[in-house]
Order: sequence, then C-alpha cells, then structure tokens
Amino acid sequence: MKIGYYPGCSLLGSSREFDESVRALAQALGLELVEVPDWSCCGASSAHVLDHRLALALPARILAQAEAAGLTEILAPCAACYNRLATARDTLEKDPALARDIEAVIGQPVTGNVRIVNVLEVLDRFRDVIPGRIAKPFAHKVACYYGCLLVRPAKVLKFDRPEDPRSMDRLMAAAGAEPREWNFKTECCGAAFSVTRTDLVAKMSGKIVADAVRHGAEAIIVACPMCQSNLDMRRPEINARLGAEHTIPVLFITQALGLAMGIDATKLGLQRHMVPAVMTPAAV
Amino acid sequence: MSSAPHAPAPGDSLAARLRHEAGINLNHCYQCGKCAAGCPVAEDMDNTSCQTLRLLQMERPELDRRVLESEAIWLCLGCETCSTRCPQEVEVAKVMDYVREASLALDLAHPRSRDILAFHRAFLDSIRATGRLFEIGLVANYKLRSRHLLKDVNLAPKMYVRGKLPLLPHFIKGRSGMKRIFQLTLGRKR
Amino acid sequence: MSRIGVFTCHCGENIGATVDCAKVAERTRNVPGVVHSVDYKYMCSDPGQSMIKEAIKEHGLTGVVVAACSPRMHEPTFRNAVEEAGLNPYLCEMANLREHCSWVHEKNDATTDKAADLIRVMVEKVKHNTPLHPIRVPVTKRALVLGGGIAGIQAALDIANAGHKVVLVEKSPSIGGHMSQLSETFPTLDCSQCILTPRMVEAARHPNITLMTYAELEKLEGFIGNFKATIRRKARQVDEKLCTGCGLCITKCPNKKIPDEFNEGLGKRSAIYVPFPQAVPNKPVIDKTNCTFYKSGKCKVCEKMCPTGAIRFDQQDELVTLDVGAIVLATGFKVMRTDKFPEYGYGKYADVIDGLQFERLASASGPTLGVMKRPSDGKEPETVVFVACSGSRDRAKGVPYCSKICCMYTAKHAMLYKHKMHHGKAYVFYMDIRSGGKDYDEFVRRAIEEDDVKYIRGRVSRIYEEDGQLIVKGADTLMGGEPVEIKADMVVLATAVQAQDGSEELAQKLHVSYDPYHFFAESHPKLKPVETNTAGIYLAGACQAPRDIPETVAQASGAAAKVAALFSRDELTREPVVAVVNRLPAPTFSYCVGCFLCQSACPYQAIEAEEIRGRDGTLIKTLAKVNAGLCQGCGTCVSTCRTKAIDIQGFSNEQIFAELMTL
Repeated sequence: MKIGYYPGCSLLGSSREFDESVRALAQALGLELVEVPDWSCCGASSAHVLDHRLALALPARILAQAEAAGLTEILAPCAACYNRLATARDTLEKDPALARDIEAVIGQPVTGNVRIVNVLEVLDRFRDVIPGRIAKPFAHKVACYYGCLLVRPAKVLKFDRPEDPRSMDRLMAAAGAEPREWNFKTECCGAAFSVTRTDLVAKMSGKIVADAVRHGAEAIIVACPMCQSNLDMRRPEINARLGAEHTIPVLFITQALGLAMGIDATKLGLQRHMVPAVMTPAAV
Repeated sequence: MSSAPHAPAPGDSLAARLRHEAGINLNHCYQCGKCAAGCPVAEDMDNTSCQTLRLLQMERPELDRRVLESEAIWLCLGCETCSTRCPQEVEVAKVMDYVREASLALDLAHPRSRDILAFHRAFLDSIRATGRLFEIGLVANYKLRSRHLLKDVNLAPKMYVRGKLPLLPHFIKGRSGMKRIFQLTLGRKR
Repeated sequence: MSRIGVFTCHCGENIGATVDCAKVAERTRNVPGVVHSVDYKYMCSDPGQSMIKEAIKEHGLTGVVVAACSPRMHEPTFRNAVEEAGLNPYLCEMANLREHCSWVHEKNDATTDKAADLIRVMVEKVKHNTPLHPIRVPVTKRALVLGGGIAGIQAALDIANAGHKVVLVEKSPSIGGHMSQLSETFPTLDCSQCILTPRMVEAARHPNITLMTYAELEKLEGFIGNFKATIRRKARQVDEKLCTGCGLCITKCPNKKIPDEFNEGLGKRSAIYVPFPQAVPNKPVIDKTNCTFYKSGKCKVCEKMCPTGAIRFDQQDELVTLDVGAIVLATGFKVMRTDKFPEYGYGKYADVIDGLQFERLASASGPTLGVMKRPSDGKEPETVVFVACSGSRDRAKGVPYCSKICCMYTAKHAMLYKHKMHHGKAYVFYMDIRSGGKDYDEFVRRAIEEDDVKYIRGRVSRIYEEDGQLIVKGADTLMGGEPVEIKADMVVLATAVQAQDGSEELAQKLHVSYDPYHFFAESHPKLKPVETNTAGIYLAGACQAPRDIPETVAQASGAAAKVAALFSRDELTREPVVAVVNRLPAPTFSYCVGCFLCQSACPYQAIEAEEIRGRDGTLIKTLAKVNAGLCQGCGTCVSTCRTKAIDIQGFSNEQIFAELMTL
C-alpha cells in the first residue's frame, strides 16, 4: 500500500520524533510513504493571520506538487498542516474564481483531486491488523488529546466527532491502553503562542495537563506537534503556573503504538522528549 | 432570500465588506454569547468575541475602529471552537482573520500585538527565503524583531541536545516560485 | 358565438403597482369573443361584484374571466356573483395576475404583456367551458380522532357532546399524552394530573366515544364525509374484557428492569405493565421486545397468576375498518433528546436531563415521589442550571424555530425547584424571555423577583463533569459576554419541541401537507388555522407547531366545531371537477375500448365497469365508468387513456389545448 506523505517543517526539526515514529510504524505496517516532491511550508498558523491569499497559496502549491506527481492522497501527520491543506482544498473547491486567482499566484494548476488524511485516519485503516501485532501492550491509563486542528472546522474536515472524538481512544485501546474519559480532548493548548505569549500557553496547556492527571492518566497521547511541544517543552512554565510537579509524559500516537508493537524506543525518538517518556511497566 | 450585497466601496463598513468578500452575514448573529462562553482566551480579551461581532454589526466607523484597534483580534488563536458551536453558523474565526488583515492594512494593530506580529513575520520570512521553516532562523529573527533577546535561552541547548534543532536550513528547489507567491500575495505588507 | 366579459382587478397596489391594468383592459377588448373589458381597484368588493353582475345582464355575457388573485382565494366569491346574475358558476374563470405575475415580476412592459397573455389564455378556456353542476355526496356522521393527548381528548369530548360518534385512537397503551407526565402547569401551578384525569375518565365513559388505545392508523381512503380508515389494533396480549386491572401480573412479572417510558427512563417498569396508575384504560400490555417469554420461550408467570385468565399469548394484531366523515389529527410532539448535544456530552452525563425528565422528577407520582434527587446518585442537587433554547432557535441543529413553551416551563421548573429546595440555587441561561400570554410574564417575574432564580442572558457553550459536579460554561452577554462558570449538581436542558416520529409517513397516508420540520401544515396561516389542505381533516395541538396547553385546548375545540359544522349537514356538495368517460350514440357508445388501464392507474379506486347491453340483454360492450363520489379529479386516468375517451370536466383536453394554442 502506497500513500503520499507530507511531513511538514516541524517534523524536520522540533518534532523530529513524530516523523521518525510515523516512518517506523509505516514500515512495520507495510505502508509505503511517497514524499511530496520539493514540498514547501503550508504557512501553518502564521500565514492566515497576515494574508488570506497567502494562506491559500502556500498549501495550494503543495497540493499542486502532489497532483503533478500523480498522488491522490496525502498523509499529513502534523495536525496544523493537515488542517491548512484540507481547508485550502475545500475553499478552492467551493470558490472557482478564487481557485483561478491562486493558480495564477503559484503558477501551477490545482484540480483538488488530492485527499488529505491525518495520521489517525490512516492508522484506522489498519484497525484489523494492529491488535494482532501488539507485542508489548501499552498497559497504561492514557488521556487521548486531539486538540483543535484535527477536528475543527468539522464541516470541512469531516473527521470524527467535533466534541469528544473517539478514534485515538479506539487505537490506544487496541494497543492495550486504558483510555480515560476526560474533559479537554479538543481544548486549545495555545498553539502558536508558544514563543510570543508563553504565559497564555502555560495557562491553557496547564488546564489540559491538570485535567489529564486528575482523571488518572499516566500519559497524554497526541497527534499534533504543536500540542506535543506545548505540553512537553513548556512543562516548566506549566508546572510553575500550576504550582505542581507534573511529570506525565506526552507521546505521539505513533510512538505509543510503535512501543506496543515492539519497535525500539530510540527508533521512535522517545529520547528526544523534554519530559522523560520512559514508561515504567504498569503494575499488573 | 437575502438581497444580493452591493460591491462595497472603500469607505464601507467592515460588515459590508465581510458580506461581500467573505460571504459572512453578521446579521445572523443574535448575540447569544455562546462563542465567548467557549473561547479559551475570552478572559484575556479586551472585547469578547460576541462583543466584537456586536461592534461590527452596528456598521459605524467609530465602532469598526474599536475592533481594528483591539488586542482581542490578535489573541484569537483560530481554534474554531466558536465557529463549531455557533447556533447561527457564523464563522467567527474567519471574521477574526478578516479584521486582523484589515487592521494591518490600516496600520491600526494594537501595541501589544507587536510580539505576535513579529513572530508571524519572522515565520513567513523564513519560508520566503528557503521554502521551509528554519526554526533557529525563526527564533533569531523573532528576537531581533521583538527585542526579547534573552527569552527561552535555556530551551535552545536542550532542544539541540535532543536533535530537535538542525543548524542548517533546508532549501527547496522551487524557491523562485515561493518568492513569487509572496510577491503576489503579501506584497509590500510588512 | 361567445360573449365574454373580462374584469381586471388592481388588488389595490398588489397588481396595480406592477401591471398597467388600464392598458391590459384596453388590449383585452380586442381579443376575439370579448365583448366587455373593464378594470377596477377591488373586484372582490361589493361594487366590484355588482359590476360583474350588471355586465352579465347588460351585455348578455356567456362567460366571465376575472383577472385578479389566485382562484384559491376568490374563485368562490366570483362564481357566486356570476350565479346570482343567472349564469352557471362554472362559466366563470380566474386569470391569476397576482401570484403568477405582479408578485413575481418587476414593473415593466413585459409584465403588463404577460398579464394580457394570461387573460387571453383564460378567455380561450372559457369559450370552451360548459355549464357544470356540483356533486352531492352523503356525510358519515362519525369522527376519527388520531392521538389521545389533551388535544385529542378535548376534540373527542367536544364532538361527542355535540351529539356525534367519535373513535379516539391512541398509539400507546393509555390516553393522556405528554400532559399526563407533567408535574404542575404554568402559570397557575395546578397539578397537571388533577385537571387531566377527569377528562380522561370522561372520554372513556362517554357514550359517544369509542376508545382504541395501543392502536394506529394503517390506511386511509376516501374523502370528506366519506373516509374509510383502517386501524391496526396492536395485540396487548391481554383480553381487555376479562382483565379487571387488579395488577397481580405486574407484581409477579420477573423482569422489572426495563426503562420506564412514562418516567422518561428515570424509573423502571416490568415487561407486562400499565404506563401509570391513572392510565385509561387501566389494562396492562405485554412489551414483547422485553418479555422473557418472547425472548426465551419460557416464563408465562403472568398467565399463571392472572385470576381471570385474561393473558393471551396467542393474541394477534387486528385490523379494523371504520367509515368516518371527518378526522382530527392530534398526534402531538416529541422533545429533542440530550444526546443531540455534542457540546453537552452527547447525552453521557446522567445529571444532564431534559425538561420532560425534570417534570417526572418534580412529580409526586414520579420515580422520586416528587423529592428532588438527581438521577446519577440520588443526591439532592444544591445547584441546578436550567438552559433555555437548548436546540431551539439553533439552525446548526436544524431547528431554527422557537419552541414557544420553554420560556414558561423553564420558569416553572426553576420555581418548583426553589419551592422544594429553599436553600438551593437555581440559574437560568436564556436568550430572550418569550412570555406573551395571560399572566405569563407575571409568572416569570415572580420566579426572578420572589423565588430568587438567577437569570443569565447568554448561551451555554459547554458542560463537562469534574469531581461529581457539572461544570457549566456560559457567558453573560449583559456583562459584555463575560465568561461564566457554574458548578452545578444537575442541568436541565429545555430541549426543542419537534414533530412526533413518523409524522411524515402519517401526513403522506392522509395526503396532508407538512412543513420542513414535519409539523402538519394548516390550510391558511391566519384564516384557516385548524383546517388542512385536505377537506375533512383538521388539526389540533402540537402536531401543527409547538403549543402550550391553553392554546392546544382552544384549537382542539376549534377543530371540533369544524367537525360539528360538517356533521350538521346530511349531504355535501363537491366541485364537479371529476373525470368522465365520453358517451356517443349507438353503435359506438364511447371511444372507450374497455382496456381498463385507467382502473389500474387510478389512485382512488374510482373507476368501475359499466356494461352496455342490447334490448335482449346481450352484452354489447364493457366501458369504464367513473364514480364521481370517489374521483378526486387528479387526471391520471386521462393521461393513461389510449383512445382519449376520458376527460376531466372543467379541465378537458379541448380546453387546455385551446389555452396553449392561443399563446
């Protein structure tokens, strides 16, 4: 099985382990990732703040590159990239005049014949395979944290339920974990304010970490690099704000599943986390 | 059926322009406050989201200006909780995008938005130059733009040790195309 | 030679503002066959009608075209006028210049041209009109009332008290409807059951009323005065005649863990059950989906226990056919359930309940015997949040309309709660307070001013659970949309009033119109609020739109008055717009070849066979014949007839072709 692959910028840098774990898992599941040729940045959370045409043109270039390479489906593990690509595709599909304008800007045609999928959607296709591949069950209580970008806007993404989504919980249950009911599955972590308004990120991410811990989670599972870095790298600020010493690790779904499938921790990039992601064996 | 909007003139209200350019009819908002109630940054905003919509609904220049000069529009993270829950299906997050752009165009951005803007500009500088985001470049550029030279100095070495900070940027082949994209969109907006 | 008179109406500004009526009248004078053409501001007024009558006499008119509004509006007016002047009323036709022209076009020459064309078309039709005579049909003086809630009970009692027979059909095991579930009623706070149950008993004992509970309409045929209804009487598995209602079977039934519909799932019932103690009839039914015997083939404890031998495991559904002259639709409403609210937990929090559930909690006959206890753990809720407009006025949830009753019942709920728990805190999130009605606003003010209920103007964005409490995140728009967070023990959602399940199918069975939300449509929003567009079928209560009890009762009496008026006559006259099979002199007799394709096409079973016999009795030909009493004039037979032997009176092929050819 083959699928287009758009890693996005963070997966080359601050979230390398997401890329590493996606690739490791894909290999283990027999999924071939075909990288979009000469891909560029999607504009993430910055372009749309300054210029709406730029915010469409940047993802449109990626769609055009993928189409030119004959890809019909792109896996975008980064939730921000997934969201920007899917939103741009939807906007251009609904507004042909705008689509012509953007085609002129990027100097390439965009037909919209590429579907954008996130990592949970792709893993769900292996739901019948995964249970048989679990070597070391991820026997921990987990809080599955989806964030905003995977589920909203629901009308565009049409993925899972906009409030209280379930797909990640199902995957983690298949990996042997015990997904906890908790309250902030789709609350915003503060996203792009990580550098500029660290105070707000600490407050918003703090609520999320505290609620996960309150509901007995031993790990927070994510599928978004921004969520991961805010909850992981900003942990000192979070703990300072909460006056707590939360040590709950934040793992990508691909890392947690990889571990359960017996893939080596370093191959999954677990050593790269700020909050140590060494999962002590659960008491049986 | 609502009557077809007339093409807005330059002096027209933001609401009229939103209706024409983005297809958003702010008259749909009946001020229930559900957007503000679910907004994760509402308590830090000078105008809550429903207040912003109310100010725009009145279509008066002095009230439009209060929106354009507010800090709130820069605090919106675009998490779309408001748009998702709005009973009247008003795309509140899109409204925020629109008024930010209008605020920049008129040079009315709130003073405290400086850092946020500096970050976004540094981000876009980076991709304009190489095609992909170069995180060290972004942070260095941001620090220069914002003058927060000492912020997060402890974080970088930790990231470097963990292999999260590549020292060299990736250059894509289609860089001239990227420059063209920026020229034809952002243009001279800086 | 035709002598047609044309009368063009301005309808005030309605037509006059867009169509140049004087010019139209002028141009119409030149149409062949037209001998008189005038325009006037209001043709439907007395002077307008007089103009027509005088013109008929003065000019010896053989046909009249009134160019005005829709025939639906004023055709009877003008046909009466024409008849008074001695002309057959069916020689008068209307050209619709209002709905078909002036209302839908801008003012310009083309609009005036179109108006003139519409008239020309009708002139051609009238030239081919023939005098027709209304059809007389007898009236069956028995009414069918569908739905045994307060609307159906009231309608049935009023019709019965007017001296007519009524069959009251209710799909659940008891009459009473939603009103029987309510605790107390606004704005007087009188006990709902106390005022309802006497009416239920009265309906059951009334000599003119036949009760059919646990029954549903299967099929309806016929027309006003002459309906034939097929009712499915579902098997109760209990012989109603033998059962004394002693309740022993219920006490002994081993399966007592079934969520109780009457208590909105807050209580449990047995598999053989009576929905509530005051049920009418007070005879149990066996719930076959949950009964141990039907599930496993073993048990029958009830049968062994029953002292009168009334349990009938072999009982089958029964189809009953009834002749009725009129029908009252009173099938009521349902409320949106809490699982339709993703932001409030998709229904997963036991202490987030809907308004009907709160009614059961507050009711002395409810699962808590009227003591305030929350469903999850039975704790007395110290803080309760009431959320008005839950799902109503919410186009994102598909309900853009106002549910009308929630403002009042929410105030009532908050008040009842405060009366039961004086130290408790009650909050109401609302958007507007709609309390128009006698003593209604005073009632809401009382909740705020005397019972200290805190009203917060804003919607709730999210509800989630934390440490056994519900966190309600709302906003106070009277404080600039400031976020408000309330830790509550219980939340009551005033969920939207929606059309009853199956309304669409029922409407289609009855040929009654319905709106996009599946509420049944009235014939005219102002002047015919209880009629449907199908003659002889009337509406009562919340099956038409959200309604409170006083309005429902008033409308039910209105519907009953319509039925009584209909039944005051022995026969009805119907429009003669029916199909006829042409007849010719012998030896052809008719173009009809007796293929009877029309018979299989007719949706009303109105086509019969007619045998033509010679003097010696030998069969010469078999022809189709239309039963004018059953024919609805739909024209399906006309389009299927291969020999063009069938036609609709007043809309013959000849007339339609003449209309088209003139354009």
